[in-house]
Amino acid sequence: MLDLQWLLIAIPLASGALLLVWGKESDRFGHLIGTAASAASFVLGAIMFAELLGENAEERSHAVSLFTWIDAGRFHVEMTFVFDQLSALFVLLITGVGTLIHVYSIGYMAHDERRRRFFAFLNIFIAAMLTLVLAGDYLVLFLGWEGVGLASYLLIGFWQHKPSAAAAAKKAFVVNRVGDLGMALAIMLMFAQFGTSAIEAVNAAAPGATDTVTTSLGLLLLLGACGKSAQVPLQSWLLDAMEGPTPVSALIHAATMVTAGVYLVVRSNAIFDASEVARNAVIVVGLVTLLAGAWIGCAKDDIKKALAGSTMSQIGYMMLAAGLGPAGYAFAIFHLITHGFFKANMFLGAGSVMHGMDDDVDMRHYGGLRSMMPVTFATFGLGYLAIIGVPPFAGFWSKDKIIEAAFGQNFWVGLGALLGAGVTAFYMTRLMIMTFLSEKRWREEVHPHESPRVMTWPLIALAALSAVGGILLLGDWVSEWLEPVVGHAEHHELAVPAIVLTLIITLVVAVGVVAAVVFYRREPIAAETPSSVSIFARAGRHELYGNELNEAVVVRPTRHLTRFLVWLDGKGIDGFVTGVADRLGDTSQFLRKPQTGLVRSYALTMFGGVAIIILCLLAVTLA
Amino acid sequence: MNEYISLSLILFTIGAVGVLVRRNAIIVFMCIELMLNATNLAFVSFSRQHGNLDGQVAAFFVMVVAAAEVVVGLSIIVSIYRARRTTSVDDANLLKS
Amino acid sequence: MILTILAATPIAGALILALLPRGRTDHLRAKVVALGVALITLALSLVVLARYEPTSGGYQMTEEHSWIEAFGAHYSVGVNGIAITLILLTTILVPIVILASFDDRLPDPRGTNAYFAWMLAVEGLAIGAFAATDAFLFYILFEATLIPLYFLIGSFGGPNRSYAAVKFLIYNLVGGLLMLAAIVGLYVVSSRQGDASFLLTDLQDLEFSQTTERLLFLGFMAAFAIKAPLWPLHTWLPDAAGQATPGTSVLMVSVVDKIGTFGMITWCLNLFPEAADWASPVIITLAVVSIVYGALLAIGQDDIRRLIAFTSVSHFGFIILGIFAFTTTSMAGSTLYMFNHGLSTAALFLVTGVMISRRGSARIDDFGGVQKIAPILSGVFLIAGLSSLSLPGLAPFVSEFLVLAGTFTVSIPAAAVATLGIVLAALYILIMYQRTMTGPLAPGAEGVTELRPREIAALTPAIMLIIGLGFFPQPVLNAINPAVETVVSHIGKTDPTPKTPTPIDAPAAEEGGH
Repeated sequence: MLDLQWLLIAIPLASGALLLVWGKESDRFGHLIGTAASAASFVLGAIMFAELLGENAEERSHAVSLFTWIDAGRFHVEMTFVFDQLSALFVLLITGVGTLIHVYSIGYMAHDERRRRFFAFLNIFIAAMLTLVLAGDYLVLFLGWEGVGLASYLLIGFWQHKPSAAAAAKKAFVVNRVGDLGMALAIMLMFAQFGTSAIEAVNAAAPGATDTVTTSLGLLLLLGACGKSAQVPLQSWLLDAMEGPTPVSALIHAATMVTAGVYLVVRSNAIFDASEVARNAVIVVGLVTLLAGAWIGCAKDDIKKALAGSTMSQIGYMMLAAGLGPAGYAFAIFHLITHGFFKANMFLGAGSVMHGMDDDVDMRHYGGLRSMMPVTFATFGLGYLAIIGVPPFAGFWSKDKIIEAAFGQNFWVGLGALLGAGVTAFYMTRLMIMTFLSEKRWREEVHPHESPRVMTWPLIALAALSAVGGILLLGDWVSEWLEPVVGHAEHHELAVPAIVLTLIITLVVAVGVVAAVVFYRREPIAAETPSSVSIFARAGRHELYGNELNEAVVVRPTRHLTRFLVWLDGKGIDGFVTGVADRLGDTSQFLRKPQTGLVRSYALTMFGGVAIIILCLLAVTLA
Repeated sequence: MNEYISLSLILFTIGAVGVLVRRNAIIVFMCIELMLNATNLAFVSFSRQHGNLDGQVAAFFVMVVAAAEVVVGLSIIVSIYRARRTTSVDDANLLKS
Repeated sequence: MILTILAATPIAGALILALLPRGRTDHLRAKVVALGVALITLALSLVVLARYEPTSGGYQMTEEHSWIEAFGAHYSVGVNGIAITLILLTTILVPIVILASFDDRLPDPRGTNAYFAWMLAVEGLAIGAFAATDAFLFYILFEATLIPLYFLIGSFGGPNRSYAAVKFLIYNLVGGLLMLAAIVGLYVVSSRQGDASFLLTDLQDLEFSQTTERLLFLGFMAAFAIKAPLWPLHTWLPDAAGQATPGTSVLMVSVVDKIGTFGMITWCLNLFPEAADWASPVIITLAVVSIVYGALLAIGQDDIRRLIAFTSVSHFGFIILGIFAFTTTSMAGSTLYMFNHGLSTAALFLVTGVMISRRGSARIDDFGGVQKIAPILSGVFLIAGLSSLSLPGLAPFVSEFLVLAGTFTVSIPAAAVATLGIVLAALYILIMYQRTMTGPLAPGAEGVTELRPREIAALTPAIMLIIGLGFFPQPVLNAINPAVETVVSHIGKTDPTPKTPTPIDAPAAEEGGH
C-alpha cells in the first residue's frame, strides 16, 4: 500500500478533470463525485498512515519514482513521490479537512449553477496540494506549488462576474509569482551547486556547501514561502483573497495552501540548519507577520478579513517556530495542524453565519446570533477557545510550545510571540462579541437561521478536532514522530520553569480577553463603521498600508516604465526604422524629378549621351 | 561610296530630329524607322566596301527586329489612342491613367 | 528521398490549389483540399519520425545531389534531432491552422484558393529550410518563405496590411542581404581551400581567420536575429502580427520565425564556433533585454494581437538566451522551447482570433465578461495563456526552466534577470484575461459566442499537446539531447560541473541514467 502515494493524487485529479470535461448532465451528481474522490484519498491516506505507524522509525520513508520527468544535459528530474512522517501528516490534514469542506460546500454552493465546476477546482486543488507535500524533488514540489496557486486563482475568482473577485484572483497569482521567482532561482541554484534538485539529495549536500550558498538558498526559499504563506512583505494578497467563496477561504487560505511555506521551510531543514542568517530571516519574517496580522485582525469589521488577518498571524507563529531550527520544526508542524482544524472550523462557521445573513460579511450588522445559530455558535466557540489558547484545547498546546521555544532562542522574540498571544485573544474575543454576543443589529429584512445539516456536520467534526487536537502532543509524540525527518531537538534551558511560562501565557491571554470584553461591552457597538478612530485602528483597517506601499513602490513605477517603453518602442526604435525608410523615400523622390515621363526629353538625353560618348571616343582616338 | 554614307547620315539625322521635335506618336515612330533604315543603308554600304557579308547579315537582323517593333509599337500606340483619344507622346507621360 | 517528398507534398498541394477552379460561394472544396494535403504531410512526417533513430546525434535520411557545380551548391537534406522536432512542429501546426482558418473573413473571398495555397507553400518551404544541410539551399529556402508570407499578410490581412507586409518584407530582406554577403564570403573562403562546397559537413571543416569568421558570423546572425526577432530588431513583428489573420500569424511566429533560432544553432554555432563564443556576451545581454522588454511592452498593449506578438519577443529572448549560454541543458531547453512556444502561441493566436473575428475588434477594452457567455472559449484561452506564462504542468514550463537552469550555471545575473520574466508574464496574461473575460459583460461583446465544434476540433490537439508535453516532455527531449550534445561539443564547451556534488546518488544514477 505504501507505494501507492501517486494514487492519492491521481484520484482527485482524475475526478477534477472528469468534472470539467463532463457536460451539463453531471450537474446533478458532480458534487458527489468530487466529494467521493476526496474521501477516497483520505481513506487511502489513513490506511497508509496506519501502515506507517506499524513500521520502525527509521524505515518510514517510502519513495516511489513514477517516471523521468525531465532529462536534458545534466538536468535530471524524476517524478518522485515520498510518503514519510511529515508528508503523511499533511496528507491526512489535506484530505481530511478537504473532505469535510467538500461536504460543507455541497450545502454552501447548493444554489450556484456552476457548482460542478467548483468541485472540479476543489479536486484539482487537493491533487496539487498533495503533489506539493508528497514531492520528492523540488521541481515536482514546484509543480504542486504552482498547481495550488492556479487552483487558488480559479477559486478566488470563482465569481468572475464580480470585478473585485477577478482582481483579487489576479493579485493573488501575481504576488505569488514574485515568491515563485525565489523558488525558481533556489532550484536553479541547487542544480548549479549540487547537480540535482531531489529533496533528499539537496538536504544531504547542504551541510557541505559554503555559507553563501546555503544562505542564498535559504533566503530564496523564504521568498517563495513568503509569497505562498502571505508573510510580510508579500502578505497583501491574502485579505483580498477573501473574495472567494467561504469554503475556499477555509480550505486554501486558512488550513492548507497558505501553510505550504511553513512546510517548505521544514522540508528544507538541512539548508536552514546550515545557515544562521537564513534562520534569523525566517524568525524576523514570522515575528513581523505575527504582529502585523494580529493588528489587522483587530481592526477589520469584515468577518472573513478579520479571520484572514488572524491566519496571517498564526502562520507567522509557525514561521517563527520553523526559524528556530530543530527546536521548533516539530512545533511549527504541530501548530500548523491544530491551526488547520480550528481555523477551518471558524471559517466554515463564518460561512454559516454569512449563509444565514444573506451573504453580509460586516460584523457590525451581526450581533446576538447565539440564539439564532446555536450549532454554529457552539462550534465556533470551540474554535475560539482553541485559537486563543485556553487549556486544554488544541491551540493551547501548540502555541504554548512555540512561545516556549521562542523564549529559548531569544528573550525579545519570545516577548513578541507572547504579545501576539494577547492580541490574538483580544481580536478573537472582539469577533465573538460582535458576531454572537452583544445586541442584535441586523436589519429587518434579514432572517438569520441555522444552516442545513450538510453544513453543520463538518462544523461539528472540525470543532471536535479543535478541542482534542492537542493529544498529538501526548508524550511528545509529534516531536518523536517527526524526528527522523527534521532532526533531533536539543532542549533549551529556560530562565524560568516551563510551567511558570505557561501560566504567564495564560495570564496574558486572559488580559486580552478581558480587555476586549471591557472595550466592546462598555457601550453598544455601532451598526456603521465609526469614522473617527485612533491612528492604530485606521492603519489596521488599511492593512498597515501594504497595498498603498506596493502601489507606490512597485505598481506605479512599473506602469510608468511600461508607458515609457511603449513610447520608446514606437517613437525610438520603430521611429528609427521608419525614419531610415522615410529618408530613403525622400532620396528617391528627389532622384525621381528628372523622370518626367516625356518621351522626347528621354530621347534628347539619349542622343546627348551618345553624342558625348562619341566625342570622348574621338578625343581618345585622335589624341 | 561616300555618297551612300552621306545619304545614310542625312537620313539618320532627319529621323533623329523628327523623334526629338514631333509630338505625334505615329510620326515619331516613322522617324525611328527612318533611323533604322539609315543604319541599314550604312551596314549594306560597308558590307560592299569591305567585301564580306557581315553587314548584310546585320541589316537583316535589324529588319526583323524593326518588323517586330512595328507590331508591338503600333499596337501600343493604338491602345493608347483608344484609351486617351490622343497620339501625342507628351500627353502619355504617366504609366497609369 | 522521404524528406524531399515531405517538403514537396505541400508545395504540390499549393500548385493544385492554385490551379483549382474558384468555388462559387463557400469555397469549401479548396479548404478541404488544403486540409487534406496538410494531413497527408503530417502522416508523411510521422513516417519520417518512425524511421528516425533518436539515440544518434548525427543527420539521418540524408540525400545529396550536386546542384550548381560552378560554385559547389548541393541539393542536400537530412534531419537531426533539432530539425525533426521543428519539422514535426510545422506539420502538426499547419493542419490546425488550416482547420481554424476555414471561416476567416478575407478582404476578397475570391482569394480563398490563394490563401490556402500560400499557407501550404509556407509549410513546404519551412520543412525544406529545416531539412537543408547545404548553406546555399538553406539560404534560398529561408528567403523564399518571405514570398508566401508577404502575400498572406499583404493580401489577406487587416486594413493596414500593405504597410505591415512591406515592412515585414523589407526588414527581412535587409537581414537576408547581409546573409547573402556572408554566403558569398563562405564561397570565397571555401574555394580557396580546395573545391568550393556549401555542404554543412564541408563548411564545418573550414579554417577561418578571426576577422573573417566574425564578419561571416555577423552576416548570418543578423538575418536570424531579425527573423527571430531579437531586441532591438523586433519592430516588424507587432505590426505584421497586428494586421495578419490569426492563421498567418501562427505560421509566421510559430513556424517561420523558428527558422531564425534554428539557424542560430545549425548554422551560426556549427560554422563559426569561435565567433559565436566571442559574440555571446552581447547576444546574451540582448536576449535578456528582449525577455524583460518584450514582457513590459506586452503589459502596455491594448491590442490583443500586438500583445501576443510582444510576448513572443519575450519568449524568443528565452530561446536565444538558452542557445548562447552554450550548455547542453539550456540548448536542449531552447530547442524544446521552440516546439512548445510554437504550440502555445498557436493556441493563443487562434483562440483570440476567434474572439476578434466575432467581436470585430482586437482592442482589449472592447471585451469584458466573455467568460459568462462562452465558458469553453475562455477556458481554452486561459490554458493557452497559462502555458504562455509557463505554468508548471504545461509544456513551456519545462523548456523555460531548462533554459534558465542551464543559463544559471554559466551566468547567474543573466538567469536572475531573465527569471523576472516569469513575474511579468503572469501580469500580461492575467491582466488580459481579467479585462477580456471577467467582470460584467461589456456592451457590444454579446456576439462573442461559444466555440463551434470545428474550432474545438482545431484547438484540441494543440491543447492536448501542451498539457501532455508538460508532464511527458521526455520523448521530444530524447530526440533533441544527442543532437544538442553534438553541437555543444563541436563548439568546444562542456557543462560546468556542480560545485559541491550531492553525496547521495540521484535515483537516475542507480538505474544507469537515461
